[in-house]
Amino acid sequence: MSAPQPARTAALQEAPAQAPANGSTIAPLLELKAIRKTFGAQPDWVERLGQRLGWLQPAAMVQALDGVDLSIARGEVVGLVGESGCGKSTLGRIAVGLHAPSSGRRLWRGTDLDALPEAERRRAGLGIQMIFQDPYASLNPRLRVRDLLAEAPRVHGLIDRTQQAEFVAALLRQVGLDPAVADRFPHQFSGGQRARIGIARALAVKPEFLVCDEAVAALDVSIQAQVLNLFMRLREELGLTYLFISHDLGVVRHLSDRVAIMYLGRIVESAPSAEIFSRPAHPYTQGLLAEAPTLKVEKKRFLAIQGELPSPLAPPRGCHFHPRCPHAFERCRLEAPYLQEIAPGHVSACHLNGA
Amino acid sequence: MNAQREPTLVVGRLTTRFAGLGGAVTAVDEVSFNVAPGEVLGLVGESGSGKSMTGFSILGLVDPPGEITGGSIRLKGRELRGLPAREWRALRGDRIAMIFQDPMMTLNPVLRIDTQMIETVRAHRRVSRDAAREMARDALARVGIPSPDERLRAYPHQLSGGMRQRVAIAIALLNAPDLIIADEPTTALDVTIQAQILFEMQTLCRESGTALIWITHDLAVVAGLADRVCVMYAGRIVEQGSTAQVLETPAHPYTRGLLDSTPAANVQPDKAGRPQPLRQIPGMAPSLKELPAGCAFRPRCTRASTLCEQTPPEVELARGHVARCFHPLSAAEGLKS
Repeated sequence: MSAPQPARTAALQEAPAQAPANGSTIAPLLELKAIRKTFGAQPDWVERLGQRLGWLQPAAMVQALDGVDLSIARGEVVGLVGESGCGKSTLGRIAVGLHAPSSGRRLWRGTDLDALPEAERRRAGLGIQMIFQDPYASLNPRLRVRDLLAEAPRVHGLIDRTQQAEFVAALLRQVGLDPAVADRFPHQFSGGQRARIGIARALAVKPEFLVCDEAVAALDVSIQAQVLNLFMRLREELGLTYLFISHDLGVVRHLSDRVAIMYLGRIVESAPSAEIFSRPAHPYTQGLLAEAPTLKVEKKRFLAIQGELPSPLAPPRGCHFHPRCPHAFERCRLEAPYLQEIAPGHVSACHLNGA
Repeated sequence: MNAQREPTLVVGRLTTRFAGLGGAVTAVDEVSFNVAPGEVLGLVGESGSGKSMTGFSILGLVDPPGEITGGSIRLKGRELRGLPAREWRALRGDRIAMIFQDPMMTLNPVLRIDTQMIETVRAHRRVSRDAAREMARDALARVGIPSPDERLRAYPHQLSGGMRQRVAIAIALLNAPDLIIADEPTTALDVTIQAQILFEMQTLCRESGTALIWITHDLAVVAGLADRVCVMYAGRIVEQGSTAQVLETPAHPYTRGLLDSTPAANVQPDKAGRPQPLRQIPGMAPSLKELPAGCAFRPRCTRASTLCEQTPPEVELARGHVARCFHPLSAAEGLKS
């Protein structure tokens, strides 16, 4: 960890819950502030009237995100870890702009994206691209690779027809594919090759920021290693910034500068990668790390976290983790803990932190 | 492990082939292994390596155009190959049980849990419905399902993914089988739920003496669970031994490559704090239709020579540690190549 570059220093000191402007000169590339997202039908006027008169109960809303702050500096790789249903994919989709947050702000280089006029917002949005989990479902089966890759840059006026062949060949080479495959359809590729095409398509509009949602989860181990190495090479070559969403702690540990752990719609801990794996502070993080399978040959007592993730329709009061937490006490049931800095760049939301 | 205990399952040179338009494809190629009572055998491989097909073959679930063309499957000394369909039916769900990756494949979505469990018991033994219900309740309690009486009256869609998988495991355990084959049963589950289920399976098998074959692509799961490991590549077992032998001193270059590809194993960052690239296996697994002659891993292997165009022999490196390779890694090389 000796002498990191300036951007990285800022990234490490920039705790996600802190205000961005205090002293740091570089604004984060992307900043999500107090993001909330609920899913559920909006009541129509009959339902509203029924609720007003007390005849109807308000419909249950899924609270996917509950006041999440996350800021990502240029050149940083942030890993976002959590179990299914914790809201990590929703957060990724909000970062890209595929979902609008119910409340909260999305700042791209310090400017509020949702306050921009439509045309400018679309231009800024090109800088953020997404790579999806399923390379089978995210490629149109009826388009040839050259059309898949050239469609977006042509729509956005980045290239014209005469440049197309050369542009596609360069993209394919960049992700380690032979340019000769440009005339093929997606079904003619293996899973690993399709993952590479998905990456090439995201790179086609020259993004600065990639959101990878379980981008290697569907791949075999030997292919997964090849794709992870590709992500790291592209980061070096193009100076990319990543939000890497995964349930796999091994993958996240390998790739990330900083790791944020989510539980039921909230970030419960965030710290530099080395720090969070050596000194996890939140009981949930500790449990996750204890239970993640490792290659160490030993018979383990798999008993750290009991129970299951509660329903986001009715999250528990206070700390969302308290029903499964071995250290929970009265205050955890009543009051939600907020993120506190416990070491430089290391924040954790737990009532035990001060104790 | 134990010399005087007879193995529950002895699989010898099992071969399963699929006839197709472009000629037959060998999905399982002369696979041999034993499982002792109470032992957990990890069967590891990437997609297409034949690990699931090995499991289906042992259960007699290979449908045409697939066919078991050679070898033997002996359960407690009894040959299963060529058994008539009626006897297979009596065996499956009673002496051999299977757990699938997706519990919704096992569970009938329109029947309550109790209906399905009572049916499983009464298909194999003459007991009253009340007694069968009692057994079902006990089985649910054993796999760690809280308030089993209520869960018995639930439909599968009312349960979470982890709960469904526990119910599927409880159904597999109902008739106290001699052998359970589990095909990636925790792959779709979250880490915390996976950990709970791994722990429970381990204890259950140890206590009841049930032999367990755990099919997975995840070496890390096997490391904490299995007593012995078989690594499969392109239909063949390329290496087998105790979990410590295979994972700590792998002899086959493919096993070494798999371990190096697993991100959890490479955690030493370089001086700038950046992680080092994973040492990857070049290329990809060959199609079973066009397997190279000799060792199937040869085109991706750094140690390959002209010798590897012949079928590699089984080399015993240590007691119980066998690799199919002309150029196995020595214990020192396997330790950290």
